[in-house]
Amino acid sequence: MDLLNNILAGQIPIEAYLGVSLIMFFAGVYGFLSRKSMLMILISIELMLNAADINFVVFNRYLFPGHLEGFYFALFTIAIAACETAVAIAIIINIYRNLTSVEVGNLDQMKE
Amino acid sequence: MQYTLLILVLPLLSFIVLGLVDSKWKPKVAGTIGTVVLGIITALSYFAAWEYFSMHRIAGVYEKIIPFNIEWLRFTDYLYINLGILLDPISVMMLVVITTVSFMVNIYSLGYMVNEKGFERYYAFLSLFTFSMLGLVVATNIFQMYIFWELVGVSSYLLIGFYYTKPSAVAAAKKAFIVTRFADLGFLIGILVLSFYTKTFDFGILTSGDTSVFASTVGASFMGISVMSWALGLIFIGGAGKSAMFPLQIWLPDAMEGPTPVSALIHAATMVVAGVFLVARLFPLYIVYSPEVLHGIAYVGAFTSLFAAIIACVQTDIKRVLAFSTISQIGFMMVGLGVSGNGGHEGVGYMASMFHLFTHAMFKALLFLGAGSVIHAVHSNEMSHMGGLRKYMPITNITFLIACLAIAGIPPFSGFFSKDEILSACYEFSPYMGATMTFIAGLTAFYMFRLYFNIFWGKEHKHQHTPHESPFAMALPLVFLAAVTVFAGWIPFGHFVTSDRANYDIHLDFSVATISVLIAVCSITLAIIMYRKESKVPKKLATTFSGLHKAATNRFYIDEVYIFITKKIIFNNISLPLAWFDRHVIDATMNGFAGTTQWVSLKIKGFQSGQVQQYAYVFLLGTLIITVLVLFI
Amino acid sequence: MAQQIIFFVLAAIIAIFSILAVTAKQIIRSATYLLFVLLATAGLYLLLGYNYLFAVQIAVYAGGVMVLFIFAILLTNRPGENVKTELAVRRVAAGATALVGLAFCGHVIYWNIKKVSELAVQADITPQQLGHSMLGTDKYQYLLPFEVISILLLACIVGAIMIARKR
Repeated sequence: MDLLNNILAGQIPIEAYLGVSLIMFFAGVYGFLSRKSMLMILISIELMLNAADINFVVFNRYLFPGHLEGFYFALFTIAIAACETAVAIAIIINIYRNLTSVEVGNLDQMKE
Repeated sequence: MQYTLLILVLPLLSFIVLGLVDSKWKPKVAGTIGTVVLGIITALSYFAAWEYFSMHRIAGVYEKIIPFNIEWLRFTDYLYINLGILLDPISVMMLVVITTVSFMVNIYSLGYMVNEKGFERYYAFLSLFTFSMLGLVVATNIFQMYIFWELVGVSSYLLIGFYYTKPSAVAAAKKAFIVTRFADLGFLIGILVLSFYTKTFDFGILTSGDTSVFASTVGASFMGISVMSWALGLIFIGGAGKSAMFPLQIWLPDAMEGPTPVSALIHAATMVVAGVFLVARLFPLYIVYSPEVLHGIAYVGAFTSLFAAIIACVQTDIKRVLAFSTISQIGFMMVGLGVSGNGGHEGVGYMASMFHLFTHAMFKALLFLGAGSVIHAVHSNEMSHMGGLRKYMPITNITFLIACLAIAGIPPFSGFFSKDEILSACYEFSPYMGATMTFIAGLTAFYMFRLYFNIFWGKEHKHQHTPHESPFAMALPLVFLAAVTVFAGWIPFGHFVTSDRANYDIHLDFSVATISVLIAVCSITLAIIMYRKESKVPKKLATTFSGLHKAATNRFYIDEVYIFITKKIIFNNISLPLAWFDRHVIDATMNGFAGTTQWVSLKIKGFQSGQVQQYAYVFLLGTLIITVLVLFI
Repeated sequence: MAQQIIFFVLAAIIAIFSILAVTAKQIIRSATYLLFVLLATAGLYLLLGYNYLFAVQIAVYAGGVMVLFIFAILLTNRPGENVKTELAVRRVAAGATALVGLAFCGHVIYWNIKKVSELAVQADITPQQLGHSMLGTDKYQYLLPFEVISILLLACIVGAIMIARKR
């Protein structure tokens, strides 16, 4: 009741943002644990990273209005995520060349 | 008298050297080393005996000399085991007997065992045996005696099983060792009981006549029998095993699987008298604290003697005849001890028993060595393969005859004197005992001359090659032992060995002597009639008494009883269930552990699957759990 | 008022499309849904007042990373082909884990958060402010991370080329 009043009064409570990021994050967790294709796993990783970014930004905005730490953290996280995705996809291409498949279940042997 | 240590140490060194060198040296060298060592210690023993017996007596009694007594194991303040040498009349006498017979056997084996495989091993074992037996007789305390007792058993096992490729020899060796070991269980329990109450192992303290040592045994009894009787009875059981008393005599006939010189040394002259020696050593205790056990010993000895004599009358293997004869004569010795009292005239049984031990060792060794000579010539043990050998083997013939006359108790040979003293002691104890032993003496004469005539007279058997007389190495001991047998009877034994170590002049009891000689002559005549020339009488007698004859030939089926008890009762009802339990319960548990470990490892293996998602899963769960723990606990 | 509506729309897009992204049967669709999620997230940033982040999100994520994804997908799959389904057990287990985690984290948040409904009014971040803070060397200024990021980008380019080279 209180929430609804607050919402209608024009303030978006912090829990709402956190709830959104929560859903995104655990959707990513589900995707990571249950999908076969490596690219799907990468997509899930992207989801999780984004959820974390939202969290940082939200906390920065609501709890530390004058500072910029959360903002920069999210910024650099985006940059790093981009790099990591690039390298991961390069690896996946290589795996595809050797195994003709990108199923994660085929990757369980150590090098001979 | 410190040099007596050499008498023990030299054979031990000989054993070690010959055992280590084995076949690297020529057999002759091994034989020479063994024989020379034995020769040295024989000379030393004679010297020790001369020195001991010519020493001045104290209070008319030979004192016990202890040249060595070093402490070996100490359990408590008053319980310790020493290793030492005790010189006293019976141990000095035994030193002489053992070294003489062993020396003769060593010389004999130079000729008998020539070209045998394992010649060096044989001499090593002979030295080991000599060492063990010597250690047994000079033991200062009962535990040392037990240690050497076991060593003697081991040497006997090694020598009986010398032809280890023959299954019968291996079986006989096992039988000997197991039966004597089983009897030694009684021995050990007896030692423990005795030392528990008297708090000492030492012979000096035990036999000193001091009654305070036995104070704690007064009034102590178990199941109605006094503790001392239990202890001494159990100790006797140990002696009965080694000396082949009924019902533990089963191993001795089978032990004839060993080489004949071994039979001469171990199973005629020395090891089998260890039981007699044990009773003689503890005689002061037997007399004072459990005379009823002593009488029991006499009855057991008498029964065994009769039993063995009957069986010996129908055996066809010459070594078996001699084996049963040994059992019978040891029975005589046990009877002599059993009927004995203490000191002076009552103690004549003790003295006679020791005298008979001495003379029996000599002529029994002679008989076995002579039998070995015959076997060497004819290559067979059976009487049916022999006959008329006196033409070919004169020395063996004469010496064998002398020994047979001695064992039959014909004067002036040594056997007459010793056996006569035992018989007079028996008559003093009870007329029935005397009569029985005289009858057995008659049987002895009969079967010994049956043996003699079957080998040397009678119809000749066709041989592959003419039998020849033995070589010098084998003939020399025969002659020497024959000489001893002829002259040893005249030794005034009572001067040297008596129950209380005081002097005793032997006098001949003419009534006993006449009766025994008469019976012996009758038996010999009977044997001459039946066996000197070929005759129908033995076969007729065999068919008339066929039941008894068959039973005696099969040694009265005692072996079958033992096999029945062990196989049907013990193996089937105890060993099999235990084996089943071991295999299916204990092994199953161990296998279960292994199987469980494998199963767990199989399951855990799954953790290292290489699957990224599984790793992430575990990781996530772990994180969750830790977070929960941290936040809420 | 407008803010709430925009927020609800964006939140709905994020929630629905992220769940769709991880349960789609065809991988191209999954990528597309991810694109929508990223765009909606950018919108959220804008709603909170971070313009620069909004731009970076669109440019890097929606523009760069998603294109990379599309390339990779098309290089390794035949488009239109259905993804092989996983075992039901695996899906149930993963779903259960996710739900448990969701419940737990949700509980933690809603138990502990102080009601901060007051959104302090924040002046827009001017480019000068941004520039000073990004390239300045004082405390709370981010020159070093900026340079390091550029090296990281270089390393990543070289690495990706090395790995995916044609031999």
